[in-house]
Amino acid sequence: MMNDVEVSTGGIDAADASMTLMAVLERCFELAMRTGVADQEQPGAIGYFPVYFPEEIVHAAGLRPHALLGGGNKLEVRLADARIGSFVCSICRSTTEQGLNRSLHGMKGFFTQPICDAAKHMAGIWGRNFPAQPSQILALPQNVNSSASVRYVYDEYQRLRSVLAAQVGHDIPDAAIRASLHVYNENRRLQRELYRIRRDDPARLSTVETYLLVRAGTRVRREEHNQLLRDALRLLAERPVRPRDKPRVIFLGGFCEQPPLEMIETIEDACFIVDDDLLIGQRWITEDIAADDGDPVWALAKSYVEHSASSPVQFDARKPKEEMLMRMLRDARAEAAIITAAKFCEPGLDDQLALSHRLDAEKVPYLVLEFEEKMTSFEQMAMQVETFAESLLFQ
Amino acid sequence: MSAISTMTEGLDARTTGQRLVNQWLASLGTARERGQPVAYVFVMGNAIEILRAFGFEMVFPEINSLQTGVRKAAPDFIAQAEDFGFSPDVCSYVKADVGLMLSNMQHPSGVQMPVPDLAVASSLCNVYIKWAEIWERRFGTPAFVLDIPGKRFATWKSPAGSPQHLADARWVEGQFRDLIARCEQITGKKFDSDRLAEVEAHVNEMIRLWIEILAFNQHRPAPYNSMLDGLTYMGVLNAWRGTLEGVEYMRLLHAEIAGKVARGEGRVPHERFRLVFSGTPCYVNMRRLIELFESHGGVFAASDYLTYAAGGLDSAGLFYDTSRPLESLAEVTTLASQMGLSNHFFSHHALAQQMKDFAADGIVYHGIKSCRTVATSMADNREYVTTKHGMPTLYIESDLIDPRYWSDAQIKNRVDAFFELLEQRRNLQSIQER
Repeated sequence: MMNDVEVSTGGIDAADASMTLMAVLERCFELAMRTGVADQEQPGAIGYFPVYFPEEIVHAAGLRPHALLGGGNKLEVRLADARIGSFVCSICRSTTEQGLNRSLHGMKGFFTQPICDAAKHMAGIWGRNFPAQPSQILALPQNVNSSASVRYVYDEYQRLRSVLAAQVGHDIPDAAIRASLHVYNENRRLQRELYRIRRDDPARLSTVETYLLVRAGTRVRREEHNQLLRDALRLLAERPVRPRDKPRVIFLGGFCEQPPLEMIETIEDACFIVDDDLLIGQRWITEDIAADDGDPVWALAKSYVEHSASSPVQFDARKPKEEMLMRMLRDARAEAAIITAAKFCEPGLDDQLALSHRLDAEKVPYLVLEFEEKMTSFEQMAMQVETFAESLLFQ
Repeated sequence: MSAISTMTEGLDARTTGQRLVNQWLASLGTARERGQPVAYVFVMGNAIEILRAFGFEMVFPEINSLQTGVRKAAPDFIAQAEDFGFSPDVCSYVKADVGLMLSNMQHPSGVQMPVPDLAVASSLCNVYIKWAEIWERRFGTPAFVLDIPGKRFATWKSPAGSPQHLADARWVEGQFRDLIARCEQITGKKFDSDRLAEVEAHVNEMIRLWIEILAFNQHRPAPYNSMLDGLTYMGVLNAWRGTLEGVEYMRLLHAEIAGKVARGEGRVPHERFRLVFSGTPCYVNMRRLIELFESHGGVFAASDYLTYAAGGLDSAGLFYDTSRPLESLAEVTTLASQMGLSNHFFSHHALAQQMKDFAADGIVYHGIKSCRTVATSMADNREYVTTKHGMPTLYIESDLIDPRYWSDAQIKNRVDAFFELLEQRRNLQSIQER
């Protein structure tokens, strides 16, 4: 298990051609599990709450986008319980804890988005408690079906650009944004390739590995992440593979609060996860952005509206949740679904029920699970998953 | 003589308000017979002016749900939704509405609720959008999601006519134009901007009066309790918004409260403490909650609920320019969102201001188990207000309509302890002043 890997990154250079796959994964594990931002960290980190954030603009400003992914199951929440309602999800609570315990003290700014009502409150919490870190809501729209949507997203992105320009003390030129679009286009292409390999040959690449490879990108500049992914893809092609017989399933529910790594491992012990929505914001844009045609910010905004993924926290009349689920099952050639939701996540819980009903109607086997990032016991879940997998194998 | 005064002669404004709300509820059940199209809308960000201009009958599912609480039917409706598969952690309003659907739309008021021809869900509460998706599945009615950008941060300034305001308003106007196209499709009628202006003129008058009605409670003693009488007043404001009846009611209410102020009549016979209430009511136990406070001589002189659940226009004295009705609707809706409806996230400054305006002795925060829009960061807000402004505060927790979350002994203990604190504080002040 990756959790048991003794992490050692000393002397490993991401661009080293002799790097082994294990070394790449170890490096990714070490990066992915970093939760804090050190005081003097360079380039300066701009923290953002899930799901999606136009990282390219932050990158073009010479800063580092830092996805806030909660505290995982190693963080003890001591201070935040007194600040947040008992009925609020763990990621809001642990993010606040990380602010209060100063482990995010090095961040240069904080952004949240209107993905849900709890997330919107994070800007208020941050502003009241950490006034030195500018904190804002980036008001990404819940209506992407209007002819006015692109223009609005564009205006909001330009506002973000101005805020960041003030932060770094200089304008962010179009040329810098174009260059960042190219870097991120490549990053998304590499991620898509990773997902293709995992879908077509899941014995070659596990979901825990895929997850760590993707999550590592939230902790370094994308140029470095691109190199890590290129190395991983090259080394994966050479990896010896032992065929195994496990049912092919998709995993849903990891779009915001992250399930513990052990939970993914528990599922993978019994099933091949061949598609998922874990960290979906990292590959929210589904096609290359036209970096060199016209206004790059417009191109970024247009992609958000026209070429994007889906999640329970965004309404899009073109993407009914149940249809997206069925398409995902078909495209991944999966025989079953694992539909999870984070505790107290109202959008996730609402969708979990709707998707279950659709799967019932389609007679597709599924397993419903609820999780919290802070959970540490997986025995019962393992039993559920094993029973589910056996029922798939012997049905 | 007007329709309202004929119907309600000799009755006080609260009784009249209750009658009007019941009259409106009853009218929902006969909308189909009248051939009226039906729209489902919410109290925050609903574009009701446009819908009324097209002749829609408006169903407020939030009001339907709170009525299940008031009429003690909520537990059964919620249980039906949970049996259907909804989590205990989901908004109890949503579950009561699902219970209504599972009860063949037979509302405990006796009204057979109509199904929607149109559902408008604003982004001001994300649960609205998930709720509208439930209707899509149940009724096959496509949701119209109206994205209204709120405040981006606590000290956000986007004054009328500023580039930021105009950019946001342009976005809202674009969506209004989409909504109009959908209304034309559903009703077969062409959009009538004169009719929109007429509705807006009624709203303007209602809001002008509402602002004064809210301000009347700055008088000592407060003539009404924001979280009891005020809820009825606001119910009329929502249900009859943009109508002549609504204007007449507000005039009646205004005159009645002005009279109380002139006569020095207070809601609480011996008003001792003036309080600000932050959050939503607990509709299954609201009378009991009020009693716990009034028994100590405490009155809720003000509440943020009477702004954000009433459309938010009072937050900055916002009125429509009826000479350019659609553009003005977008501009004012944007400002209302940013100054009145997205305040839950950054309400510490506004609450501190309300404390001053209403000469209040403390703030009572009511956290709702299933409402993250209002309650997520209340405890943090309370910490800030207490430490930065030195204001006495109380935090209690229950639910909108789910009685399982009401713990009478625990809440009573907290309220009693809060008043002890207020008494001690007052005694200390009087000693210091001597």
